[in-house]
Amino acid sequence: MRKVAVVGAGMTKFMRRAQETGKELAWETAKMALDSCELTIKDVDCVVMGTAPDAFDMIHMKSEYLSDGAGAWRKPYMRGFLGGGTGVFTANQAWYHVASGLFDVCLAITEEKMSSCLPHPQGAFVTCWDQFTESPLGTSLLWFFAWEMNRYMTAHGITEREIALVSVKNKKNALDHPCAQLSADITVDDVMGSEMMAWPVKRLDVSPTSDGAVALVFAAEDVAKRITDRPVWVQGVGWCVDTMYIGQRDLYYPKYVEYAARMAYDMAGIKEPRKEIDIAEPYDPFSYKELHNAEGLLLCDKGEAARLLVDGETQRTGRQPWCPSGGALGVGNAIAATGMMKVAELFWQLRGEAGKRQVPGKPRRGVAQAWGDEMQVGTVIVLGV
Amino acid sequence: MQRRVAVIGIGYTPFRPISPDLSFKEMMFEAAQKAYEDAGVCPRHDIDAFVTCEEDFTHGRSIFNIHTPDNIGAVLKRIHTLPAESLYGLADAYMLINTGLVDVMAVESHSKASNMLTPNYLIAHAMDPVYNKPLSYNPYFIAGMEMNRYMHERGVTKEQCALVSVKNKANALLNPEAAYGDRISVDDVLNSEMMFWPLSRLDMSSPADGGIVLVLACEEKARILCDKPIWVRGVGWCSDAPSLETREWGEAVYARLAGEMAYRLAGIEHPRKEVDFAEVDDSFSYKELQHLEALKLCRSGQAGFMVEEGATKREGEFPVNVSGGSLGVGRLDEATGLQKVLEVVLQLRGEAGKRQLPNIKVGLAQSWRGLPANSGAVAILSNE
Amino acid sequence: MTENIKVWPGTPLSEKDIKEKRILVTEWQPNLKYAWDAGIGYGRYFAELKKGRIVGTRCDKCRRVLLPARVFCEWCFRTVDAWVHLQDTGTVNTFSVAYTGTAAERLKEPLIPALIEIDGSGGVAIMHLISEVDPWKVKMGMRVRAVWKPEQEREGAITDIAYWKPI
Repeated sequence: MRKVAVVGAGMTKFMRRAQETGKELAWETAKMALDSCELTIKDVDCVVMGTAPDAFDMIHMKSEYLSDGAGAWRKPYMRGFLGGGTGVFTANQAWYHVASGLFDVCLAITEEKMSSCLPHPQGAFVTCWDQFTESPLGTSLLWFFAWEMNRYMTAHGITEREIALVSVKNKKNALDHPCAQLSADITVDDVMGSEMMAWPVKRLDVSPTSDGAVALVFAAEDVAKRITDRPVWVQGVGWCVDTMYIGQRDLYYPKYVEYAARMAYDMAGIKEPRKEIDIAEPYDPFSYKELHNAEGLLLCDKGEAARLLVDGETQRTGRQPWCPSGGALGVGNAIAATGMMKVAELFWQLRGEAGKRQVPGKPRRGVAQAWGDEMQVGTVIVLGV
Repeated sequence: MQRRVAVIGIGYTPFRPISPDLSFKEMMFEAAQKAYEDAGVCPRHDIDAFVTCEEDFTHGRSIFNIHTPDNIGAVLKRIHTLPAESLYGLADAYMLINTGLVDVMAVESHSKASNMLTPNYLIAHAMDPVYNKPLSYNPYFIAGMEMNRYMHERGVTKEQCALVSVKNKANALLNPEAAYGDRISVDDVLNSEMMFWPLSRLDMSSPADGGIVLVLACEEKARILCDKPIWVRGVGWCSDAPSLETREWGEAVYARLAGEMAYRLAGIEHPRKEVDFAEVDDSFSYKELQHLEALKLCRSGQAGFMVEEGATKREGEFPVNVSGGSLGVGRLDEATGLQKVLEVVLQLRGEAGKRQLPNIKVGLAQSWRGLPANSGAVAILSNE
Repeated sequence: MTENIKVWPGTPLSEKDIKEKRILVTEWQPNLKYAWDAGIGYGRYFAELKKGRIVGTRCDKCRRVLLPARVFCEWCFRTVDAWVHLQDTGTVNTFSVAYTGTAAERLKEPLIPALIEIDGSGGVAIMHLISEVDPWKVKMGMRVRAVWKPEQEREGAITDIAYWKPI
């Protein structure tokens, strides 16, 4: 299998509303990523685009519209899609564009402009669920998370206060992220006292909706070594989707994340993820989700994630740093762009370029993960130096 | 060195203007089951990855891939969606198999065009929100403008375009799966309702429903599983300028560049000599001619004469759209590209029934993303 | 590298900027209408709901009941073997007390959306709403019964069950 490296990264601020159009966000981040590795658009052989539902930007065939901003003019250009898991999947897709031997340099862009949907982006989610059995009930996105959080807490006897610690940690980590939208120094009591959305989910358990874009440059081994002396290798990729019939499975554990993680770990030759992975960026659109996903990633036993959190092991300085970037809760949740932000964070961390966010001890390997659809999708990537 | 990739199974439902008997899920299941049966594989054990090609707004569901894994046997397996033309799905599978990560992969796409009640507004919804949407034109004007410019640049006449409709609808009469086969004359086309001058009603394809699934495999698996593997010799895809204000109107640049990529992979230097027949996009009659030129399957400016001479007829020297194309079969939304591949595979296997072409070795399938997009893909397949 | 970047791209706007039209804003209401084919599985499922009954299907290979009813088993990838009639009672698998609606607007009275394991299905749940109960008294494992709409108001939809209430 051909070796593929990440050689450059770019990112815009994450914002509730951006003045830039989707095209402009894509362009800004593409330019920054290419500049970071001293390449120009002429060096790019193909472009992949990751952007979550068209209903957010409110444009049908959104990838076509975004193509020139993404630098895809007269190039092979493909958009992959896995709901909320798109961000990490786009990185996987860039990997297989290069690993296939068809291309040497691939520009991967993720863009989201959720503010276009009025009155609130959450309204767009109504069009996701099954049109016969689910949407007619007036289904809200929050229900699914509330059900899953409830199930997860009950199965393991975890409390709301323990879960609130995820928000506290991630929003605090985000204080050091220059692009963060909702960084803050808050306490567990702030989370517990915040507005009730759908019990057990409270306002500060939820990541914000965001506009933003992230880009990465992927290159084949020989090209990567020519461009940089610090390439970050793609060691494993995995993606997996479970059944859409939510009542047909138990929500307490994300089996699909485990399957995706096993694919990625097998490829990377990882046998003991807890020992062999230095940094993790599990997807945290809701506070409990970081714990839930970390269990799926096999970073701890089922039901153990909360204990690691309470013991401070998942802090940036802890034994297993989770979401050192600040995650979706702190940096913002521009669906696909947030997934790729997590991959970009690994890239910066593994190169020792994360500035104030730098995890101590020269981390050598990290895993990023995104989740999506109707509690169905796990997408995983393992990067290492 | 690329791995050889083959199509080892095909499955499809009939292409019909409406399909009230089946939900899209049941349609996907039917096509998938037939394809797996054809390939002799069990999706739960033998297939490593799946890709489906669907656009959210076409189907009226956001995050459409929520609804796909169950219907094609992909639950708890690698599956992803491309919100793109389905020929991109073939290219995607070609890449994934070439990484060595997967050996057997399924590609799915389907159309439930009949369920979309406001198709013109759907296309309008794909326009640039700042520059174009406020104009609120019926978006088919884009095809009219493009046809006009193409005819002007290449000296193609409306009669030559009309001949494409006549040919393809006649071809469709021999295709039992086609929805819009008909025996019409050039005058019928010219006298049909004027839509967006120079585009007449019969220059335009009509929508149809249907599902298609392909199973692809690497060489080692293909040799074990299949007697008649159809090799994917090359794939290519490309996007030209998306905005109406900056695009080429006469030439289909996306098709030229996608073709060049596919020819390069397939090692084809003289497409007109080395390719035996083609299924190219004919969403509008002039598109077939425009695409033939872009793909270098005729000399520049010669496509009109080629159809006039009958060279692109089923019995001609270079048959084009023997299946009936989109004009005869019906336009299958995102699944249109897979319908082209399906026909090429059936022909190369010698399973095309009454419309079987004799002595063919290499076929080309090409697709266009549809209005108002300016992108498309090409695949070259061969039976040896 | 990241510490050297002084200005990251992106221009945040406030709600005021948009309300007071300090920037150009174009509005667009897409006119998209759909009529989806329900197919065989859902078709019968809803026809039976109209009659006040819940049906599922059964796969004899994996011995599961499939709910909502569908004609093929996604796990074994084969056609199902039979229709099965289920009870209109069930057990709460998980639930929420929702104070916000679909577009994130505040609700005056909270809703209680739940996954309800239907009796006779071997633990397969459907999505629905619970009512006629103090939200804070709802528990996992609570037994509930469907409250059907009056027969003349049923239209062959999931909403033919008005809601579920504790037994």
